[in-house]
Amino acid sequence: MLTKRIIPCLDIKDGRTVKGVNFVDLRDAGDPVELAKQYADIGADELVFLDISATLEGRATTLDMVLHVAEQVNIPFTVGGGISSIEDVDALLKCGADKVSINSSAVKRPELVNELSDKFGSQCVVVAIDAKQVEGQWKVHLAGGSIPTEIDLFEWAKEVETRGAGEILFTSMNHDGTKNGFANEALAKLSETLNIPIIASGGAGNVQHFIDTFKKGKSDAALAASVFHFGEIPIPNLKKELKANNIEVRL
Amino acid sequence: MKLVIINYGAGNIKSIQFAFKRLGIDAVLSNDPEEILAADKIIFPGVGEASSAMAMLRSSGLDKLIPTLKQPVLGICLGMQLLCESTEEGNTEGLGIFRTKVKRFANDVKVPQMGWNVIKDLKSGLFSGIKENEYMYLVHSYYAEHCDETIAKTDYGINYASALQHNNFYGVQFHPEKSSLAGARILNNFLNL
Repeated sequence: MLTKRIIPCLDIKDGRTVKGVNFVDLRDAGDPVELAKQYADIGADELVFLDISATLEGRATTLDMVLHVAEQVNIPFTVGGGISSIEDVDALLKCGADKVSINSSAVKRPELVNELSDKFGSQCVVVAIDAKQVEGQWKVHLAGGSIPTEIDLFEWAKEVETRGAGEILFTSMNHDGTKNGFANEALAKLSETLNIPIIASGGAGNVQHFIDTFKKGKSDAALAASVFHFGEIPIPNLKKELKANNIEVRL
Repeated sequence: MKLVIINYGAGNIKSIQFAFKRLGIDAVLSNDPEEILAADKIIFPGVGEASSAMAMLRSSGLDKLIPTLKQPVLGICLGMQLLCESTEEGNTEGLGIFRTKVKRFANDVKVPQMGWNVIKDLKSGLFSGIKENEYMYLVHSYYAEHCDETIAKTDYGINYASALQHNNFYGVQFHPEKSSLAGARILNNFLNL
């Protein structure tokens, strides 16, 4: 049976890991390659790197990082952040990234989803959607959740599926950073109305939250950052608990 | 050991090259018929869309060369599918090495299948040291139907051939280069065939 995936997310700036990472046995917690290798060794199923570099030089460094990750890490990984053209994606895939994730650039120009899936195949096109529930309505937000739009989450998700997205990474701005659990109601609705995999993001705080997002939220994968980086939820323990709750995982 | 990865413009071959590098083998990327013919082992990769990949093979004449190869050849993902008789993707005729057809998953499962699933009923030296129900990483919307040449099976809505073998031709639907230590073991087995 296809297993549910556990995905640590690393924020990268100028080729280095940012935000706190306090991980066991790391010589250099700022080195994304070393961190990625460690995550692969302890059973992470995939990795996501989110490039938050603000400069061209920073992005060039990230490309170099992608090459080193591909060289040393034996599980799949996605790179997102600031991708807005076929050329951006071509460069990342040539460096060995397995998938790319696009977000604001797809909202600004939805045809980008078609262009990327036609050229590279939908299997490598992840569309990331940040949304916030305002007065009962889930609205898409841009630029890391700071700019609201009038676009409805579910309509947008359906549209990108039709345009050729291979997967959706949904982050709830209401849940992100709260450690109170994932947005399972919205996730379940996405999973039921779409026929591509859905990655849950935002809100992971304990093991039960992961159990809930796979059972109640019907998510195909769950992404988290700090609970993994600070060792609050060790991935091997998490996967054993999921298995004990009859959730198929790779052990 | 001279290992050539056929470079015809399809897909993420860097990952395959790196996976062999981790095994201590420098693989050569090539679309030169002489270099391919002189190799000890050959990888036939492929990610993307079948009809355009097949068109690229035809335009370089590799569609004629590949079926004549006598060395061990390993098709990976779309590479395996193109070694079959045909695929529903873009209604494409394949190279006809494996006597089976490639179909699209029905919509009772999410398409593409993306993630880790198990391989079982393993039959081939390619899987030496690999346990039944080992996890492999898969990303695909089309699957090969079973035939006499099935050497591994996977369930996703239906039970399908996740690996095939015909004489010196091997094909795997999963990505051994992305399948952790077990995947590396399979690549190493291929080098030792």
